[in-house]
Amino acid sequence: MTAGAPVTALPETGLNLAPPLVDRRVALAGGFVVELEAFSGPLDLLLHLLREEQLDIADIPIARIADQFLAAIHELGLNQAADYLEMASRLVRLKVQMLLPRSLDGEEWEDPRAELVRRLLEYQQIKEIAYWMAAAAERRSLRFGRGYLPPPPEVPPPPLTLDLFELLSAVDRAISGILHPVLHRVIARPLNVEGATLRVQSLLEDREEFVWLEALGVRPTISDLLSLLLALLELSRRGLCFVLQPAAFEPLLVRRESPRPAA
Amino acid sequence: MNPLAQLLEAALFAAARPVAAEELVTLDLDASLDDVRVALDQLREHYDFDGHGVELVELAGGYQILSRPAFAAAIERAQLNVRQPRLTAAMLETLAVIAYRQPVGRAEIEDIRGVSASGVLRSLQERGLIEVTGRSEGLGRPLLYGTTPLFLELLGLSDLQSLPRAEELTIALQPPKAEAVGPDDAAAYVAADR
Repeated sequence: MTAGAPVTALPETGLNLAPPLVDRRVALAGGFVVELEAFSGPLDLLLHLLREEQLDIADIPIARIADQFLAAIHELGLNQAADYLEMASRLVRLKVQMLLPRSLDGEEWEDPRAELVRRLLEYQQIKEIAYWMAAAAERRSLRFGRGYLPPPPEVPPPPLTLDLFELLSAVDRAISGILHPVLHRVIARPLNVEGATLRVQSLLEDREEFVWLEALGVRPTISDLLSLLLALLELSRRGLCFVLQPAAFEPLLVRRESPRPAA
Repeated sequence: MNPLAQLLEAALFAAARPVAAEELVTLDLDASLDDVRVALDQLREHYDFDGHGVELVELAGGYQILSRPAFAAAIERAQLNVRQPRLTAAMLETLAVIAYRQPVGRAEIEDIRGVSASGVLRSLQERGLIEVTGRSEGLGRPLLYGTTPLFLELLGLSDLQSLPRAEELTIALQPPKAEAVGPDDAAAYVAADR
């Protein structure tokens, strides 16, 4: 982390939605400086505060620690702060609980801090194991195996900054490297919708109805078929013919007049 | 070195990954598992006492021939090999929880660390250090995570038993009250799964 000037005065920002700065330091009332990005969570921050003040985990002065904790997270962006805010509210609650008078009639007093102490100790142990594991990984990384391939670094590829000319010349280079490039040639075959429309209309002048495939020639191409289909759709849209299918999977019939409902 | 030790040396040289003793037995039809273990000891001693640049290391349930740490800096300077990138603090803490409590769900990890864990879990999964080992019977049947052999390899451990035990840690866990010690308590988990 790069060094920066400590922030000495906390600006009144209210809700801070800005992305967190790389280096955000907060000078606490106690005088020491906290780098929030260096902590891996509220428990970590809490342990740090206790260590700085050389306080006993088992007997935490809640009021003091709660104030310091709130001051430390004051500068956090809201996105980061969610985890910290939960701990902050817990500390404030504990602070209140500690102020409540304890009954003096010999009833056993349950320390409201017990749960927090348990979590802190548990987390402290996890941290110690994490340190141990970091050292183990460090020792292991000094030994190389044969033919060991390190995993690729986890950086995302930079966004491509090319203009069209550079892209096209790259395509040319790639294609020229192929021995027998198989290029698909796209031929524009215009559909003859007008011709198909005329054919349908002349057939309807002759006959009351016909099977739609009759409007195709002897050896229809795919574009003939598509032309006919578009012509039929257009004619029926304009009400100049009617297309119907007597039963499922039977060929379509083209009719001059609308099929009247049976009287 | 006897012929079996030589065969094992050749096989481990060729394998370029940790190979389990059970796998090494298949190299020689006449050799038993004990023969292989004896030969492996011989190979290790051969490397250790005759002044070799490599050593035999027990790793992730197997054996691998690795260069000695003393030569790491020179090898890296010559760009013949690259050291593994370091793990972040968040990754290490999450791995620590998973290693001791596996199979463990996300909620428990987040509870112990006090921060959300989804991002860290994803990057640990991408690096192949943890995997989904099943689903909890609890509400919503959340995914349960466990460590992989690659985790052991990264830390240079032969198995999970090589992780430090509770009594080896400087911070001994002292529960504030006797009744606070439950099966879920941190004091129990280090002893568990062993």
